[in-house]
Amino acid sequence: MSARKLKVATCSLAGCFGCHMSFLDMDEQIVDLIELIEFDRSPLTDIKTIGACDIGLIEGGLCNDENVHVLQQFRQHCRILVAVGACAINGGVPALRNRFTVQECLEESYLHGVGVVEAQIPADPELPSLLPQVIPIQNVVKVDFFLPGCPPPATAFVEIIQAVRDNREPRLDYPMRRFD
Amino acid sequence: MNEPVFWLDDKAIPFRDGQTVMTAVTAAGHYIPHLCHHPDLTPHGSCRLCIVQIDGRIRAACTTPAQANMKVTFDTTLLNQQRRQIVELLFAEGNHLCPSCEVSGNCQLQALAYDLGMTHSEFAPLYPQRETDGSHPDIFVDQDRCIFCELCTRSARELDQKNIFGISGRGSHTYLLAHSDSGKLGDTALTETDRAAHICPVGCLLPRNGNYQIPIGERLYDAQPIHIRGNHRPDDGEFTP
Repeated sequence: MSARKLKVATCSLAGCFGCHMSFLDMDEQIVDLIELIEFDRSPLTDIKTIGACDIGLIEGGLCNDENVHVLQQFRQHCRILVAVGACAINGGVPALRNRFTVQECLEESYLHGVGVVEAQIPADPELPSLLPQVIPIQNVVKVDFFLPGCPPPATAFVEIIQAVRDNREPRLDYPMRRFD
Repeated sequence: MNEPVFWLDDKAIPFRDGQTVMTAVTAAGHYIPHLCHHPDLTPHGSCRLCIVQIDGRIRAACTTPAQANMKVTFDTTLLNQQRRQIVELLFAEGNHLCPSCEVSGNCQLQALAYDLGMTHSEFAPLYPQRETDGSHPDIFVDQDRCIFCELCTRSARELDQKNIFGISGRGSHTYLLAHSDSGKLGDTALTETDRAAHICPVGCLLPRNGNYQIPIGERLYDAQPIHIRGNHRPDDGEFTP
């Protein structure tokens, strides 16, 4: 066992946190994993800023300019960047909005949606601006590995981490190559 | 007289006069990846998944007549990489959002992606604007998923003796056409019992009933890859869980 643990940062951009839930759903394998990694920035630690990391796990695609900012920070700080799940890889279900304009989406949600009261489109300058389309993360930064699935199985997360530890390409066997 | 053979890599494949490389290889019990080929229909040669190398040239196995002693190169790293890139292009060209698709797990495009080792598409998705058509009482059309294999067009014409579908438009604006005055599928002669209603290899022509009936884990391609199961649909009469 090497002395230094791999530093892992994770985030969910335009995702649903389902990939994070799948990551945690690895039963007793998590005991071995604790010996192998430690978390940096992650919703699991609630650390808000990212330091130098070995692995960055990105869940979700890019739907707003804050997503792009966070992604670029991860790219700068992570030796290996991994696109995790269908949304990070091709936009996923959020990309269903791509056939509509941003204005149409906002009006449907905040003006004409079912149950809307005091209808108004949020315009606080602190809110991130929506991108014209939801896009995959590899449209903006170089991605080293891809974990497909909605969500990827927990075993695929383990395989990625072990592959980085062993300095080899991950082997995603047939049961791990899933798009749903 | 001995049956003539050709060579698929190092395998001798017997064939009869008139067979293509694809039909002879399939009859011999081997699998060549394909989407637009169907044993009951005239070859189309459009999806290019069945590429093989013959005399240094890349050719479609489904449209190439078998010839005695021909050497067909099939299983190479480069050819498999090219097949995977073709699948990646198909994914990038349409809106293939598997988590929200009724045929996920039973989809031949998805199954070939799995089998060819695709984890993502190297090509940026185009997110084309395509129409849906809910006018037919039994069959829904979601053109986001169309790969223009024309299995529906050919099966309607050749097996059902009906002129129901066509392909129109050009390039990224290509679309599946329903032959009716309104352009709607509901105004064509397509019926639920037609072969054309049950031949789409993806989720474009979708029966309204019977979706989500097979639990995850037991769908066509959950446990076994398409090169073992073959190109099937849950409703094609050959499906056994």
